[in-house]
This record gives sequence, structure tokens and C-alpha cells, in this order.
Amino acid sequence: MRMVVILVILAACLAALVFGGNYALRLATIFAMYATLALSWNIIGGLAGYPSFATAAFFGLGTYASAILQSSGMPMVFAWLLGGIIAAGFAALIGLAILHLKGHYFAIASLALVEVVRELVNINDRLTGGGMGLNLPITHGSVTQQAVYFLGAMATLALITLLSAAAVQRGKLGFALRCIQQNEDAAVMLGVNARLYKAAAFTLSAVFPGIAGGIYASWVHYIDPSDVFDILLSVKPLVMVLVGGLGTLFGPVVGAAVFLGLEEAVWRSFLTVHAAVLGALIVALILFLPNGLMSIARRLPKAGQA
Amino acid sequence: MSALLQIERVSRTFKGLRAIDDVSLSINTGEIVGLIGPNGAGKTTLVNLVTGMHPATAGRVRFMGQDITRLAPNRIAELGIARTFQVVQPFPRMSVGDNIAAGALFAGGAGSLTAARQRARELAQQVAIDDLFDQPAATLTLARRKRLELAKSLAMTPKVLFLDEVNAGLNPAEIDDALRLISKISQSGITIVVIEHLMKVVLSISTRLIVLHHGQLIADGPPQDVVRDARVAEAYLGKRYAEASRRAPA
Repeated sequence: MRMVVILVILAACLAALVFGGNYALRLATIFAMYATLALSWNIIGGLAGYPSFATAAFFGLGTYASAILQSSGMPMVFAWLLGGIIAAGFAALIGLAILHLKGHYFAIASLALVEVVRELVNINDRLTGGGMGLNLPITHGSVTQQAVYFLGAMATLALITLLSAAAVQRGKLGFALRCIQQNEDAAVMLGVNARLYKAAAFTLSAVFPGIAGGIYASWVHYIDPSDVFDILLSVKPLVMVLVGGLGTLFGPVVGAAVFLGLEEAVWRSFLTVHAAVLGALIVALILFLPNGLMSIARRLPKAGQA
Repeated sequence: MSALLQIERVSRTFKGLRAIDDVSLSINTGEIVGLIGPNGAGKTTLVNLVTGMHPATAGRVRFMGQDITRLAPNRIAELGIARTFQVVQPFPRMSVGDNIAAGALFAGGAGSLTAARQRARELAQQVAIDDLFDQPAATLTLARRKRLELAKSLAMTPKVLFLDEVNAGLNPAEIDDALRLISKISQSGITIVVIEHLMKVVLSISTRLIVLHHGQLIADGPPQDVVRDARVAEAYLGKRYAEASRRAPA
């Protein structure tokens, strides 16, 4: 039953990509990006229970790092990866400083990170172009060829993020994060090095959004601070995970798909009030499905048992 | 007997309040020590201080010769000091088995999650909660949660185990079971410190009693001597009652 559902969805997606033209390719690329951001947030927010709003900081840092590296001659793919590593290094350092804060205090501190990095980018306008933004090298090939290329890159990243998230969930790190999420003091008394594991989770929640930022920058050719440090980039992944299922492996992916679907449908039908309608829909989803959409999947009969 | 844990002139102040005031004592290998004192005497603070949760503001704590006064709690746990909490602290949405496995994995030297779960199963049997191995810890009754706490700490393969009021809230039959379990753990070679405010509970199993009052150590010795100590009677019963009972011994 479950397998059939998944196969039908996959087939439909493939058909849409082949026959849907550039619009479908664009949507699929955004989906892969959203899934990457949501899967990453789930590691620190869902597993460790630390409500981070820093995703936009990591994403923005990745866009600027890779844009600047490319303008100084680094090949595109290397610049993306290095952008992710820079975001991860930043998260590791800052994480050691702010991860002793709990709950709302951590949320506020992580939110402030976005503003701090944005201001740093604004001030250093010689390097970053400040409020004028930065242009990226134009990639070669037809519009469709480029669309397919960036979809491939973003989808590969999403898949790697999913596999990493699965490894975290099954491994010692995931076990430690679940202990920390449920009772940090008790976890430490049981020998869990909470400081280390939390920093690792925060770093993992930064590396993939950092790479996604680099791909995004190359894809849209132009970045500016208000676009890539948009606080919605921090809020949306969180909402996707809540909609899909907090702390679950596939919840963030399902949440990303549903969120994107709603976003597109609502934007088309209610152009002037789309934000309000989208907000109401999400509140309803979270109110009536507090454990996310994955809790429905768990109630479906498993293949072979039905 | 050799000193396993040495507490040397430690104090702990909270905003001017001396919760622990210049306390020195040592715990020897193989003992069952009863740490008693009225409510608010500083018993739990002393445990927090040894385990690194609230480090001492003055003095030193040595474990097997090593200074652990300023070590992080998780390092102290790895070295072999385990504790249970007065208010039970399970991971409520994790299974009973995984609760125990956590202790084995992070402080007990289990090499893998599989090895940790295997060890967890043995310990669950030992404290008789293996029938609920796959249930979420939140579903357990209080008496069983206390035993889960015990199993979690045992999974850490500790050298010394602090049991902070493991008997509070249990009925007499459950207390008897718990005491039998404590004796069994002691026989397996683990040094035990039982923290209680009810003297009666620890008298039967302790080889030595230590009494705290207002953060100070007021008695340390064999149980039969400590219970006759005038200062201990005073701390527990009040000055007037202590004097009255001295004039007319029962």
C-alpha cells in the first residue's frame, strides 16, 4: 500500500518534469531546496529540540561566500562546496557560544545571527556590493539546459542531505540528540557530551543550507542581502518540518512538498491576500495534525500486512 | 579499604547561602554509605557537587586520586560516578530499553548501539522491568520508574553510585524490594551512597552513616554510634526533645 503510493507520486513527478516545461523544472528545483533546508533544520530543531532561526544566516552566508569565491576565479561547484564549509565553520564556532541557551533564548540568539551576518554583508560593500547586490557569472547553455542542470545539482544536494539525516537518525549522534531533546540534564549525567553533540547538530544544520545558497546564487545569477537573508528562509523550513512531522526522517520532505504546493496554489488563487491565506492553512494543519502528516502515513497499513 | 572518593573541605554557596559548608569526608571501595539529614540539609547539593552539576565554590573532590572538582558532568560520569535523581528523570518518549541503553552507550563503554541495547536487556531483567522493555518510559508507574533510574545508572558501569531518595514515594513492600536490590548491587562490587531523609530506611543496609545538617557534617561513623549522637538527635528532633530523651533514656 505504502510502496504503491510512493511509486505513483514518483511517476507523477517524473511525468510533470518531462512534460511540464521550465515552470515544472523551476518548481522541482525549489522543492529540492526547501527539502534540503527542512531536513537540515530538523537535525537541530527536531532531533535536538533547539528551535534555530539561523537557517537564513547559513543560506545567505553560502550565497555570498560562493559568489565571491567564483568572482575570484574558483570553479562553480568547488565554490558551492566551500560556501557550505564556511557556513558550517561559522555554525560550529557560534554554536559553541550560544548552544548553552535554551528555548526562547536560543531562538532569539539564532535569529540575531541572521541580522548580524546581513549587516556584515551590507557594511563590507567593497567585497559584497552591499545593498547593490552581486552579479554572478552567467552560465552557458540554453534556458532549459540550465534549468535541468540546476535542478540536478539541487536534487543531488537534497538526496545527500536526506542520506546524511538518515545516518544521523540511526547513529550515535541521533541517539544523543534525542536524549538531549527529552532531558538534557539527565543526558549529561548519563555521560552524553551535550556541548559536542549540539555543536555537531548545529554544524550539520548549516552545511547543507550553505551549499544550497551557493547553488541558488548561481541559479538566479544575482543576489542581494534582502533576498538571501530573508527571515522567511528561517521560518519556512521550521513550518515544513512541523507540517511534515517533527523529528521524523521523511517528515521534512513531505512538509516541503506540501508547503510548496500550498504556496503555489494559494499564490495563484489569492494574489493579494496569499500570505494571510497560506498562514491560516498552516495554522489549521498544525492545529489538527500536531504530529505532522507523517502521523497519517504511520496509520496506513504496511505493505504485506493489509 | 582504600578511599575511592575524597571530598576535601568543600563549600558551595548559592548567592550568599552556604548550602554546603566546609565538608570533608571520604567514601571507601565496597561500602554502602547512608547520607542522611533533615530536609534542606544539603544532601542533594553534595551529590550535585560531586557529579559536577553544580561544582564546588571551594575545596576539592578527588576520585581515584584524580582531581575532578572542575570536570564537566559527562566526563565525571564516564570516569565512573553515577547517580539517580530524587525526582526521576527518564527520557519520556524513548523506550525503557533505549533509556537504559543511553547509559551503556555514553558512559558504560558499549561500543555500538546494538551492544548497548543488549546490555540494556540484561539490566532490565536484573531490576525486573524487562516486560516493559519496548514501552515508552512515560508509561511506567513511579516504583518502576525508580527501578528504571537504577538500571540507567547501572548501565554506566559505575564504580560508585549515588542513590538520591530512591525510596521516596514507595510503599513498604516496594521499599523492601528496593533495599534487596541495593544489597545485590553492592555485592556486585559497586560502592553505594544512599541519600535519605528517613533514617530508618538506611539503617538496615548501611555500613556507615554520614549526617548533614545546615550544610555541615555533624556525624560520620558506624550506624549504631551515629544514631546515639546527641547532635544528630537534635538535628532531627529539635533541641528540647533531644534533651528530654537524654534525661529519660527509653
